[in-house]
Amino acid sequence: MKRPELISRILIITGILLAVGAPLFLWARTPLIHARMAEDGGWNPDVIQAETGKPLHLKLTSDDVVHGFAVGQMDMQSVDILPGKVTEITLTFDKPGIYTFFCTRWCGLNHWRMRGTIEVTGGSDIITAGGSSEPASVPLYVSLDLDIDAPHDSPVIPNEKPSAMNGQLLGANLPIDQSLDYYLSHSPYQVFTDLSDTSLTESQKWDAVAYLWQSNTTPESLANGKELYAQNCAACHGENGAGDGVFADDLAEAGEASMQTMEGATDMVMQTPVDFTDPSRILGASPALLQGKILRGGMGTGMPMWGVIFTEEQIWDLIAYIYSFQFEYQK
Amino acid sequence: MNRIELTRIPFIKNTLKSRYPQLAVFIVMLVGYIFAILAGLIGTPVGSHNFSIVFVWIAWWAILILVAVPFFGRGWCAVCPIPLPGEWLQRGAILAPPDKRPKWLNLRVPKMFRNIWMQNISFLLLALFSSALLTTPNITGIVLAAMLFVAIGLSAIFERRAFCRYLCPVGGFIGLYSQTAPIELRIKDKQVCVKCVGKPCYNGSDAGYGCPWDVFPGGMTKNTYCGLCMECIRTCPHDNIAVNLRPFSADLAKPTARLDEAFKAFIMFGAAMIYAGVLLGPWGTLKDAAYNVGTGAWFMYAVIFLAIIFIVLPGLFTLGIMTTKGRQSLKQRFMSLSTALIPLGLMFWVAFSLSFVLTNASYILAALSDPLALGWNLFGTANAAWQPMLTTILAPAQTLALVVGLVWSARTAQKVNEAGTSTIPVIVYCFVATSIMLWLLL
Ligand code: SF4
Ligand code: SF4
Ligand code: SF4
Repeated sequence: MKRPELISRILIITGILLAVGAPLFLWARTPLIHARMAEDGGWNPDVIQAETGKPLHLKLTSDDVVHGFAVGQMDMQSVDILPGKVTEITLTFDKPGIYTFFCTRWCGLNHWRMRGTIEVTGGSDIITAGGSSEPASVPLYVSLDLDIDAPHDSPVIPNEKPSAMNGQLLGANLPIDQSLDYYLSHSPYQVFTDLSDTSLTESQKWDAVAYLWQSNTTPESLANGKELYAQNCAACHGENGAGDGVFADDLAEAGEASMQTMEGATDMVMQTPVDFTDPSRILGASPALLQGKILRGGMGTGMPMWGVIFTEEQIWDLIAYIYSFQFEYQK
Repeated sequence: MNRIELTRIPFIKNTLKSRYPQLAVFIVMLVGYIFAILAGLIGTPVGSHNFSIVFVWIAWWAILILVAVPFFGRGWCAVCPIPLPGEWLQRGAILAPPDKRPKWLNLRVPKMFRNIWMQNISFLLLALFSSALLTTPNITGIVLAAMLFVAIGLSAIFERRAFCRYLCPVGGFIGLYSQTAPIELRIKDKQVCVKCVGKPCYNGSDAGYGCPWDVFPGGMTKNTYCGLCMECIRTCPHDNIAVNLRPFSADLAKPTARLDEAFKAFIMFGAAMIYAGVLLGPWGTLKDAAYNVGTGAWFMYAVIFLAIIFIVLPGLFTLGIMTTKGRQSLKQRFMSLSTALIPLGLMFWVAFSLSFVLTNASYILAALSDPLALGWNLFGTANAAWQPMLTTILAPAQTLALVVGLVWSARTAQKVNEAGTSTIPVIVYCFVATSIMLWLLL
């Protein structure tokens, strides 16, 4: 074989090997976490290993639309993941446990299902299921033994939005238990009935209830709750709490479709997001009950489980905000 | 004939005669092609950020249809990597002269396939699946790889470049439109060929291979099937091959007498209009149908697509030319007058591609910096924002292209028309089609 022929062959074979090998090598060396809409698979991988104290470097990319990434119960800024682009983020975990990461952009109907876990092991620690993802103490709805799936509608509703300002004017010597426990474990309607022995008119009683609720929250907590709500809840429950978020119709439709296939489970009147502006629904729910619903999620409805994502404080902030759809608070 | 022989210029001649410049381009092209396959298969599924989609369907397409074909005819085929591995394996060598005994089967392609119907079909298949092909990197990667392997397979069975001549979906229309290009490869003196012993340009010699495209340069009158591989320049012992600069569309003075070529003209003409309608038109349902490959709506779309190309357009054309009488048979007139659609068809594609390419060109910069979408930024352009380019000149440029195409086609119609008959029906036909296209584009 002549020299030029030999050299050409070597060059071509090298070129082909490089063209195949280099991309494969580089691709294999750069593990990406792919985000897809939940119906197309969600996160891949959806379980990530990490160690406490060691920075966890993640490269995220989206295979379809814009997604977001955040880790529940962690003080971090969520990041956007753009289609075909790579977003890098470094996380450091202080405590071992199982953390939940989730999508923070309304990417599609099943956006809420886009979740994965980061299993953080720490030195010699054994991972305990739940780990830091579980609240430190038993949630109130458990210790109160509430059935959070039972109907809890308030049989009576006020004629107009109860006003905390008017309630305050009624004076502080009303026979209302001022303890935090009382507030947490009672629905507005229960407090309303507890006031039945007084000489107040019906609307005054409701005003007093509104005042009790206002005095158990702070403007900061409301503002926090509002922000969390806009980011996480409004897609379904609606910007103004009316259960008419951008996904609400789709959820109802998906609900109907799944009802047809799930014979026998028809009592799961699922999928229509709760309307927080509906007084009978909210005035019949105690903070503890709402906390349970948010922590645990709706079990088969579209309502996700938030316990792994929000801190306890964040959940209380949200609850405070949810009640504000019912009450007129001091501005 | 007003030709300027480019091969008179020593630099051009030497560059073409030597194998090394072309080989260097080949290697780059082949590496790029294989990289595009890999990027399609392992890169991001997001088409607009995948190297394979962006480089093949935006960058390559732009260069092909806006520059290579109109100005260099089959210039792309001169550097195309697809047939190379097959050709090299078939010959058992890259540079060295071929063995006397063929390495592989070396069969002749059966007579019934020695036309461009297979190319017409392969193009239509790609066209019908184009929405999936053009947006899904995986599919692009698979199709690119399949072309490479089919080309190798055909090289193993048949002689020369069977894939290029009879199957390549791109090669068919490049050949059709290469007739309009101002570049040609021709012999200088017919008498030299007549006396030439052994015809090494076709049969090969120690200096190189016989024409890979199964063309005898001595008898060549149009660009369609010459792949500009430059092999005959290297093998002709009498220095009888020239590359000429010539007037645009010189080949069209000799109208086609083949039905497969006539239909190729209709296929390309119609496909440009349908694409403009689907991609730029205001009909959402049409777009959905074209994009949802495999659904009922898509089958409807496919049927309509084929009906427009094979029945409506040729039918109206036939009705038009039937209004005038001529000595030739209707079929002959159909074939030769279809030549008039070639320049206009090319300009339809130019006008359509301008909007498609300028709208998406900004993806090229981003894909260049991060070809596998692994988060690289090689040239600092990975985050270049998407932005349509040259929007102000788009509409005037498209209008200009269409008007030029119309005039060009009218003149072609006059040239190919037999004496004594009117070309008015053909010109009216072209005018109506141009108006529709203008309306779709603007
Ligand atoms: S005919 Fe097709 S495969 Fe052959 S060189 Fe031309 S473009 Fe490439
Ligand atoms: S080798 Fe040259 S002279 Fe001989 S037939 Fe071919 S082109 Fe003509
Ligand atoms: S050998 Fe000559 S005629 Fe044949 S394809 Fe190559 S350049 Fe064209």
